[in-house]
Amino acid sequence: MSDVVEKTLTALPGLLSLDSQPGSNKLSSSSKLGNLIRGITELTSKHEEEKLIQRELTSIKEQVSSPNTSMRQMKELMVRAIYCEMLGYEASFSYIHAIKLAQQGTAREKRVGYLAVSLFLNESHELLLLLVNTVLKDLQSTNLIEVCMALTVVGQIFPKDMIPAILPLVEEKLNHPKEIIRRKAVLALYKFYLIAPNQVQHIHNKFRKALCDKDPGVMTASLHIYLQLIEENPEGYKDLTTSFVTILKQVVGGKLPMDFNYHSVPAPWLQIQLLRILCLLGKNDQSTSEIMYEVLDESLRRAEINHNITYAILFECVKCIYTIHPKSELLEKAAKCIGNFVLSPKINLKYLGLKALTYVVQQDPKLALQHQMTIIECLDHPDLIIKRETLELLFRITNAQNVTVIVDKMLEFLRINKDDYTTIDLVGKVAELAEKYAPDNEWFIETMSTVFSVGGDTMQPDIPNSFLKLLSEGFDSVEEDRKLRLFAVDSYVSLLQGEPGKLPQRFLQVISWVLGEYSCLRADLEVDTVLRLLAKLLDMKTTSSETKSWRAQELQHLSQDPELRARVLPRHTGLEPLEVDSSLSFLDGFVSEALAAGAAPYKPRHQRQEELAQAKALSLEPYGLSLPLSMSSCSITDRQSPTLLSISSGLSGNSNDLSHKGGSSSLRLDGVKRVWGREGYLAQREPAEESAHVEVPSALRSPSQQGGADGSHSQTPTQTPTPEPELEKQQLASSLFVGLGSHSSVCLMGKSEPTPQRFRRKARSPASSSGASENISHSLVSPPITGLAAANGSCDEELPDSDVKGSSPSLIGDDALVAADPAPREEPPKDLLLSSYLPAELSGLSHSEITPLSSDQSLDLSACHVQKEGDLVLVVFIYNSSDSDVQQILLQLDSEELEVSCECDGAVGGARGHSVAVCQYSLSVKRPSVHVELVGTVSYQFPAGTPQSGQFSYKLPLSSFIRPLTLSTEEYGTMWLDFSHDTKQNLTLISDDPEPLAASLSVLKKKLQLHVVEIIGMEGIVACRLLQDQPCLMHCRLHAGTLAVWLRSPVPDLPDCLMYFCQRALQEH
Amino acid sequence: MRFMLLFSRQGKLRLQKWYTATAERDKKKMVRELMQIVLARKPKMCSFLEWRDLKIVYKRYASLYFCCAIEEQDNELITLEVIHRFVELLDKYFGSVCELDIIFNFEKAYFILDEFLMGGEIQDTSKKSVLKAIEQADLLQEEDESPRSVLEEMGLA
Repeated sequence: MSDVVEKTLTALPGLLSLDSQPGSNKLSSSSKLGNLIRGITELTSKHEEEKLIQRELTSIKEQVSSPNTSMRQMKELMVRAIYCEMLGYEASFSYIHAIKLAQQGTAREKRVGYLAVSLFLNESHELLLLLVNTVLKDLQSTNLIEVCMALTVVGQIFPKDMIPAILPLVEEKLNHPKEIIRRKAVLALYKFYLIAPNQVQHIHNKFRKALCDKDPGVMTASLHIYLQLIEENPEGYKDLTTSFVTILKQVVGGKLPMDFNYHSVPAPWLQIQLLRILCLLGKNDQSTSEIMYEVLDESLRRAEINHNITYAILFECVKCIYTIHPKSELLEKAAKCIGNFVLSPKINLKYLGLKALTYVVQQDPKLALQHQMTIIECLDHPDLIIKRETLELLFRITNAQNVTVIVDKMLEFLRINKDDYTTIDLVGKVAELAEKYAPDNEWFIETMSTVFSVGGDTMQPDIPNSFLKLLSEGFDSVEEDRKLRLFAVDSYVSLLQGEPGKLPQRFLQVISWVLGEYSCLRADLEVDTVLRLLAKLLDMKTTSSETKSWRAQELQHLSQDPELRARVLPRHTGLEPLEVDSSLSFLDGFVSEALAAGAAPYKPRHQRQEELAQAKALSLEPYGLSLPLSMSSCSITDRQSPTLLSISSGLSGNSNDLSHKGGSSSLRLDGVKRVWGREGYLAQREPAEESAHVEVPSALRSPSQQGGADGSHSQTPTQTPTPEPELEKQQLASSLFVGLGSHSSVCLMGKSEPTPQRFRRKARSPASSSGASENISHSLVSPPITGLAAANGSCDEELPDSDVKGSSPSLIGDDALVAADPAPREEPPKDLLLSSYLPAELSGLSHSEITPLSSDQSLDLSACHVQKEGDLVLVVFIYNSSDSDVQQILLQLDSEELEVSCECDGAVGGARGHSVAVCQYSLSVKRPSVHVELVGTVSYQFPAGTPQSGQFSYKLPLSSFIRPLTLSTEEYGTMWLDFSHDTKQNLTLISDDPEPLAASLSVLKKKLQLHVVEIIGMEGIVACRLLQDQPCLMHCRLHAGTLAVWLRSPVPDLPDCLMYFCQRALQEH
Repeated sequence: MRFMLLFSRQGKLRLQKWYTATAERDKKKMVRELMQIVLARKPKMCSFLEWRDLKIVYKRYASLYFCCAIEEQDNELITLEVIHRFVELLDKYFGSVCELDIIFNFEKAYFILDEFLMGGEIQDTSKKSVLKAIEQADLLQEEDESPRSVLEEMGLA
């Protein structure tokens, strides 16, 4: 009996609600759901809640599986199951019943069934397949509500593979007499387009029909698809510009039914959608932009009510005006509009004002100047979000003059920030700025130390990698390189003497590497001391195995001196085996696990940055080529060629007057210091720098920089007396905005100085991103050959660099050229002469420049590589510059990335005095990397003498290993699908050619030896192989003025590397 | 829009709608994390947040927080108005809505949301037509069930 009563009670509210007003929760609260909800609210502990819900779930489970349960009861049970899931408890047993309910219930039950399905399952759930038939049936129902429900669920979740089954029915609905059905059908197709674009490609024409629908709702819905389509291919839809403009005009003019008004603003959603579309269409296109000027002006003018919704429209308008081909009159109005945002007391509007400023500041730095006081206020805003957005803005206006202040602010933020995502992002930005604009060595090393400490182990690995690369490759001055490295060594030794336990693993790895490589530069530093410090780290319990292996490697490196090794080894064998897996293969398991868990595969830095630049393309380089750049030191090209970023790093110290002893305090001598009078992080690390006494020569400072620095310095005195806090703000402003208004604007806070170009480093080709473990002596890829002694560690240091001159007449011919400058970089190109020693079978082929590898008093080693059709041959020339014969010359080559095979087994035999011996190696790639490197040792003996040895390294670009791969379009098609590794990127198109695609491909063909399989309209397919026969396929397509390139290969990393070379080839063209 | 959440000041989830496929575990983690962040914010603070790779737009109505995740390029202000329009719709449907209406009739709230947003995009910007659609569906249900007798409902027929 109680059962009956209970059922009655359950049924009652539903029945009563027929004639009751919706929303009277008293009734529903007496339902079972109501009981459950009230039960839960009365509970006090999580544990009790758990018990209650489990009980509830058990009872639901019992009832759903009972054959006697009616669909109506089922509906009620489903609602309760949804509720339990929302509270975080799993009710997976009910999923199948939700589908059944959607299948078998009447309209009301069906509705709950569909809702439950869409809440319970996601797109990949296998049970969804069972829903397909139900949807099919409902789509064909004569009951409009059922059709609506089916379309709604289709727009929410539908298995991708089953789209073809229902597509015809959904398409058919585009012609339905009821607008609500048409609208939902359009949105369902939009959803299909998002999850499976190729399935709906054929119905583009129908979208056009929807765009012209007489019902504004249907038309609005179709804009979602158009926005997407135009984003992907703006060129294809230029003809619609006039239509979009006309629609917007009508909307703005209030021609739509009042129904569409929102707070008396006509169809704001529609307006914003149209503005976004126009923005895409007008970008970099003057004639299209001209069509929309009038309506944009009208939109700005009409949006006058002080309401969020008008600001939303204005914001979109401003963005559009700054993105399309500029018109000064509109820009002026838009700038004023941004002012309204920035100055608004409402924090949300302020935020958007900052965002808009960030968006436009590169084009219009004046605007930042205008609002500098507001920006400074925002910098100290209690809301971190505002602060963060302000830093983003400052990041965009950083130049060589304000870099210290801005980086300081960023680091300050990093110290209080708790969010990992922001930390990673910001740390990357600080590192980028430091590399780009560092005023001097000390600042750079210190800033990077802070980056490593704060960034910890979450930061992107390419930050330490590129830092180490910078250190190892050096810049245009050997002396400067040495100083930088010395400073790093000093600073790290002090850090280790402090409390290394607090430093993050990544930082410790950097420290170990630097000490391993360069501690020998410091003559007064006992190798022993360094070893002890490193060994201490090995002992630390917290140290990760990866860090240990780095350290062990460095220990090993340090101890290559046989005598030292003897002393070190016994001490450390107990701690850590010195066998080092330098390929880090012990991480392979971890990597594959991470990949399986959904982690993104590793992308080399150059590619990631390129992607980033593209993802942010809107905000970074919105003005393309249409306007002159307003900021000299932060130019667009910088961002487009991230691989060249380091060029601009101003490390080559201009810190003449900074005595290094003073450490951090002396870094900020000019006005900056007074403004930022905190001692901050630098002070804490001051002990670390105590030991360093590096003199930086003043001659290195360029006049232009001197001017710049003096300029910023002289600004402070020009201030009129102001109250203390105000003054501080103004000083801050002058240090922040210095160098911004250099072109046209009047700097508010004192006279502005032209920003000096800080590109002091010579251009050099970017090296591989493998970074840290590299033992690079010099980059052989770059045409000018740099010294090798500096980086080769202890061994080379010892070798006197003496007389090549005196003893090398016969070969070189011209004594003066061989000039015995101790710096090997001065050595003349010996190409022509050495190349005559090329083996006959290679002499006809193209070979790289012959580069010196190493030299000592008797042997000069040089090398070049020769591209054969099926092979890459490395030729090593050994020139005996001494008078006596050299015997038992043994060459050993080794590489992580390459397979090296030699016909002569490395034994060259002997070389008579003043003669050349040649050794050939055949190379093939084991593991692709943008640049691959060989390290080698040479040992030899004089008839009467002790064995001698030396080290060298040789680096070559992966592109030398690329050969054309000839295949047919069909073969290409089958291979394409088989390859699992791929990468996509938009590259610069050769646009000055009537046939941009063909021109770009022919450049690639010429420079990289790719084989163009076929060009079909806007698309081209290209194939190549990596020696010996590892294929890589390329598909490219003209897309929005760029070349959309897609590379696929069965070899991991190969697509990434090749993408890099394609990018370079096209950029250099 | 990636997802929309409704939760109470006490951190109880009241409604969740995900517009992109997300694993159950991630959903739970995201909801928990986001609730913590949003609830910790002070009333005068900005309604926008950068969180992971998303933009969060939230607004508090009485004891309920409405929270939307949008993409970087989306317009934050209009998202605030999406939230507001949804609240207006709820208000109109329930007649001065309160948290309890949404708790006890959450399925209705879902129906309204589904009629208003589809696939994360605004489906219908006209308040009147959204409500009309909902009412029609409600009405249909009523017709649908009128032939049933009370006894039948009670399982006695």
